[in-house]
Amino acid sequence: MTPETQAKIADLIHKNKIFVFMKGNKLMPQCGFSNNVVQILNTLGVPFETYDILSDPEIRQGIKDYSHWPTIPQVYINGQFVGGSDILIELYQKGELQQMVEVALAS
Amino acid sequence: MISPQQVETMIKVGLPDALVQVQDLTGGGDHYQVTVVSSQFTGIGLVQQHQLIYGALQQAMSSEAIHALALKTYTPETWQATAAS
Repeated sequence: MTPETQAKIADLIHKNKIFVFMKGNKLMPQCGFSNNVVQILNTLGVPFETYDILSDPEIRQGIKDYSHWPTIPQVYINGQFVGGSDILIELYQKGELQQMVEVALAS
Repeated sequence: MISPQQVETMIKVGLPDALVQVQDLTGGGDHYQVTVVSSQFTGIGLVQQHQLIYGALQQAMSSEAIHALALKTYTPETWQATAAS
């Protein structure tokens, strides 16, 4: 990964309290897993920003190296990697995701 | 494309004590749902738990033999609690 790609990723996840690297966008997710994440965050009613990795091969590979995580989507809260679709679903079902986003948005 | 048996074998190489259930979601051999129970998950977070499995399956993931992988991880303790409920 180039230093520019790394800097771009760091900038995105630190400028936005809740950030999602996904296939497609909020309105048109291009993958079921990405759609899961968007639906959960919409249900919580929290503000979040997304990046369509299909539009950018550098970021598409770079984000996998950055997080040591081989799949998309990837969710970051307060600059920390939280997980992909399965983990988001699990955290949501346990009520932990709600707490995490509340803390992040209050900070 | 990869067989469910191969998926199970690869996970058990990385996590020898693991109980592994593999479900082929589409019958196409590239969309899998995997449940793994292992004592190696004790005391670590969900991200690290999933990373252990991705690590064991790295070759199949990077070659895109596996296109999609849904993961569910349990420690022996949380698995027992789930089975009992």
